[in-house]
Amino acid sequence: MKYFLKRVIGTIPVLLGVVLLIFVMLRIIPGSPVLMLLGEHYDQATIDRLTAAMGLDRPMIVQFVDYITGALSGDLGISYKYSRPVTDMIMESLPYTIRLAVMAALFAWIMGLVTGVIAAVKKNNIIDRLFMGISLLGVSMPIFMTSLVLQYIFSFKLEILPMTEDGTFLSMILPSIALGWNSAGSIARMTRSSLIEVMQADYIDTARAKGLLRGAVIIKHALKNSLLPVVTMMALQLSSMLSGAVITESVFAIPGIGRLATTAIQNRDMPVLQGTVLFTTVIVIAGNLLADLLYSVLDPRIRKGD
Amino acid sequence: MDEKNILEIRGLKSYFFTENGTVPAVDGVDIDVPKGKIIGLVGESGCGKSMTVRSIMGLLKYPGRIVDGSICFDGTELCGLRENELRKICGKDISMIFQEPMTSLNPVIKVGKQVKEALLAHDRSITHEEADRRVVEMFEKVGIPEARKRFDSYPHQLSGGLRQRVMIAMAMICRPKLLIADEPTTALDVTIEAQILRLMKDLRDETDMSVLLITHNLGVVAELCDYVYVMYAGKIVEQAETYELFDHTAHPYTKGLLDSIPRIGSNKDRLHTIPGVVPNLLYLPKGCAFCNRCEYADGICHEQADELREISPGHWVRCRKPIYGGEVSR
Repeated sequence: MKYFLKRVIGTIPVLLGVVLLIFVMLRIIPGSPVLMLLGEHYDQATIDRLTAAMGLDRPMIVQFVDYITGALSGDLGISYKYSRPVTDMIMESLPYTIRLAVMAALFAWIMGLVTGVIAAVKKNNIIDRLFMGISLLGVSMPIFMTSLVLQYIFSFKLEILPMTEDGTFLSMILPSIALGWNSAGSIARMTRSSLIEVMQADYIDTARAKGLLRGAVIIKHALKNSLLPVVTMMALQLSSMLSGAVITESVFAIPGIGRLATTAIQNRDMPVLQGTVLFTTVIVIAGNLLADLLYSVLDPRIRKGD
Repeated sequence: MDEKNILEIRGLKSYFFTENGTVPAVDGVDIDVPKGKIIGLVGESGCGKSMTVRSIMGLLKYPGRIVDGSICFDGTELCGLRENELRKICGKDISMIFQEPMTSLNPVIKVGKQVKEALLAHDRSITHEEADRRVVEMFEKVGIPEARKRFDSYPHQLSGGLRQRVMIAMAMICRPKLLIADEPTTALDVTIEAQILRLMKDLRDETDMSVLLITHNLGVVAELCDYVYVMYAGKIVEQAETYELFDHTAHPYTKGLLDSIPRIGSNKDRLHTIPGVVPNLLYLPKGCAFCNRCEYADGICHEQADELREISPGHWVRCRKPIYGGEVSR
């Protein structure tokens, strides 16, 4: 518990640092949000008035403190473009992202673990080669390409799945595969190598000498040890999916966090962009924390103070 | 198969099939383990002793496998037995203690549960409460202090000696007929070693099981064993009752091993060693495998290998010019 608290407190400086960084960066990049809003016809007086109204004429440090205080109470500012609270906009996009992330993660975990274990057990035979080939494809193909290929085959040619998001479960299948394949590939390859290594361990001989059958040895003795590094990776992957799959959401027109961030960039909509980045940071940090804690639950050697 | 033997190994050959060629790690080994006896199997690292016992348990690692021979345990032929059938015997009637107590226990499972697993694997009718009770009882028997508390310990929380006691408890929990101990004390310090050896002997006396003890330490053999096999380069080179072997050492290799034991009170500055190293099994000499390291070897030794011969009742040696009981004078 003490370990847990220590880890949570340790994340605060990271969070502040990231917010500061994004805050400063958004203000030094070229392109003024005020000019974006005004369009083509404006004069200097209008610019000054709008800048003051948006609070952009104040010193940066004041803006920053103001932003942090607001963020702590759940107020991430108002969108320049849509004049709506950023918090509301994130909350509206979140369900789409969660749905995609959960489905992609489930796909990745199940496919990754199952193929990884089978490949390790059938080491060097044709099934192993086939599975590892498929996962290598997933790891090395960029997601936008996977997405386009999947859309071409299943939506355009075979016409069995919708091209883009339309609110149905079916329409989430292609994006989940496109997003999850990559993770499934890494999980499968890591599970395989880790399991093969663990199967060489002395305690596997002990388990077999005890009279346990091969299946029981793998499931009860080998898997738990070999999954230690894999679990860390799985938690990190989930957090990265939850923080918005920018490319997948764009290709499949899913109105999630990733889409929110890309349109915010296009519109120079600083409060929205800031909000999504802050949200992403929190999720990634939480994912790291989760991975860490999960690790200590799985491996008694890491547990402190027992 | 002889009635009084629990285990009979005949002509066992276990080879490694590597890219560089076939390695005859165990090359025609005969071993008898009589009921209720402690049998020693002695030799340097890499001579094939571990391979021999791993063959019994079906634990040979790829690319090693049994090529030929018979392993008969209590009337059952183990060679060629299906994996599922072999697992029914392993852990129940034959159990094994490994060399490295540090790595032989699963780091993420409580030790009590690991021992209990052996019990549950062979007796499905036993309840969990009953199994827990038996494990704690066994822990007490093998001298683990605070047995009930230790049940829930993880291996990393125990010392090496305690872990080896857990391994022994695991091996003994199903009351095996044969216990195979592969260098059980090599990784332990000497005071713990003495305790563990004493424990194994006591358990043997209590339960009437047989023990096949693998070691490279002749001091341990003298302490514990009734009969000894000396192995070199995949073959048995000498076998005799323990006293006979120590008193009438016949094979030059056995003599080298005995001379290498440090003696308290001797004034030698340097410890005796056998010159050279174990030969590469891929390129064995044409004649006797030991000829290149043997101080008595002559031209014929390099040319022709010898068979095991009985030089006195129960004392066999594979040497043309044995130090004891040979016709060849030196």
